[in-house]
Amino acid sequence: MAAFPAVVQSEWTKVRSIRSTVWTLVLTFLIVVAMGFAISLLTKLNYDQFTEHNTAPFDATTTSLAGISLGELAIVVFGVLAVGNEYASGMIRVSLATVPQRGVLMGAKTAVLGVLAFLVSLVTVFVAFFLGQAALGQYSTGLGEPHVLRAVFGAACYLTLLCLFSIGVTMMLRNQVLSLGILIPFFFLVSPILSIVPKVKDVVRYFPDRAGSAALQVYPTGDHPYGPWTGLLICAAWAAAALLGGYLVLKKRDA
Amino acid sequence: MIELHHLTKRYGDKLAVDDLSFRIPEGVVTGFLGPNGAGKSTTMRMILDLDRPTAGKVTINGRSYASVQDPLREIGALLEAKGVHPGRTAYDHLLWMAQSNRIPRERVDQVLDVVGLTAVAKKRARGFSLGMGQRLGIASALLGDPKILMFDEPVNGLDPEGIVWIRKLMKALAAEGRTVFVSSHLMSEMALTADHLVVIGRGRLLADLPMAEFIRQNSRSAVRLRTPQPEQLLDALRGAGLTAEPGPDGAWEVVDGDPALLGDLAAAHGVTLHELSPQQASLEDAFMQMTADSVEYHTDVAATTGATGAATPQPAQQPGWGAGWDARQAGKES
Repeated sequence: MAAFPAVVQSEWTKVRSIRSTVWTLVLTFLIVVAMGFAISLLTKLNYDQFTEHNTAPFDATTTSLAGISLGELAIVVFGVLAVGNEYASGMIRVSLATVPQRGVLMGAKTAVLGVLAFLVSLVTVFVAFFLGQAALGQYSTGLGEPHVLRAVFGAACYLTLLCLFSIGVTMMLRNQVLSLGILIPFFFLVSPILSIVPKVKDVVRYFPDRAGSAALQVYPTGDHPYGPWTGLLICAAWAAAALLGGYLVLKKRDA
Repeated sequence: MIELHHLTKRYGDKLAVDDLSFRIPEGVVTGFLGPNGAGKSTTMRMILDLDRPTAGKVTINGRSYASVQDPLREIGALLEAKGVHPGRTAYDHLLWMAQSNRIPRERVDQVLDVVGLTAVAKKRARGFSLGMGQRLGIASALLGDPKILMFDEPVNGLDPEGIVWIRKLMKALAAEGRTVFVSSHLMSEMALTADHLVVIGRGRLLADLPMAEFIRQNSRSAVRLRTPQPEQLLDALRGAGLTAEPGPDGAWEVVDGDPALLGDLAAAHGVTLHELSPQQASLEDAFMQMTADSVEYHTDVAATTGATGAATPQPAQQPGWGAGWDARQAGKES
């Protein structure tokens, strides 16, 4: 058997030596932080207008993390590219000839990408939170307030799980263009639109992004018939299922 | 030692590799020959456990490839030039491979030097020519200093200088006691490098023999005679205990004949000769004949040129280059 730490080191070299994958992570950070800051600032300046029709209390945490709705796409792209570029370039054959134990290869790759995505997400959401709170001024909240730390930490978990889900899907489809073509419209259009359609939304709230985003809310909005941790767990189940599917495809199919 | 046991691969209803059994002799260059689409690449992918056989198995020193620890140290393979991400540098490509098989970093610099890519080590692969890509592929095959090397059509797309370089490299590797298994669709290329020959057609084993044996069996030489007096000529030959076979355009051929002796014989019998020429059947012809029934897409040279077989066909040379590459791009037939 190939040595797992050696393969982890090798997978790390793969990730850091391609510009496009590195840039998608930088982009995730920039989008989430910049958009969160802008929306927080706008909210502060137009507070009365924005909160006029609110029935729930103002959620300063979610406001500062608003950039995630767009930034999540960047981390999805990261997951797709990091896996899919091996199929696009034909490198997957070299990878499998180098590490023929397919489970070891996939395990090491998933671990490296997952840990990297988590660390970047963690830094991103905390920076976004603190910058957003600074912009919100008198309407801001603190990490010490109830559920706030959970919401910020949950946001990092949410981004990581979406990335893992994308990795699994790409491993199943073995094609980065196809994977992007399915995942981006799904997270950007299909899921948000369906989530406001009556009846359909009862199902859609169990989609990975809908369920996972429950973890970001300090005050329940009534969209989710489950708590924040259960939401993350549902999202994690999606990611696990996708990764399992990806593993089975990698195991069974000819390279 | 690599051994193939009744290896079979079926794609849908197409049998790509059909009950293939042979062993690759150690310490020599073995040419793996067959027309395009004969199943060479599929066989090589199955040796590396990239494609799963429908039936049969491959063993490497008695074990399956998937159970080999740090396989780059046992087998180095050049599968196709396009196994490199265009956005990664040559150095980083070799580095990740080395790291996964616990090969020291210094080795990366060594192999880059061996293939002459040191100057472009930090350049991204998208700017590489086909030849440079091929050299990088060979560097990755040499990375683990393996006992066995496997090259799939290594000269494809190389310039003459590159071809000579590969030829020398393969011979040098075998001289160091390594096993070299190299596929090609060009007999002429193999005749220059291989010590042993495995020929397949339509996935079936057609020949498995030493190169010298193949040459001895197939290099038929003859003397071609042309005369307006065939009756007299044949009588004269018969009288000398020689037999002639009908050749093209009414000529006659004496297998293993001596031109001087035949000329004297004709003169002694007063036979006018219009042609007296030694003929050497090329190995390419022998290979063509051997695989004639198993070529996937026939192009009838005689029919297209209007010749009656006198033209020496240049098999697959021109269409071969492009065709092989296209097939690889389009799918995984070959």
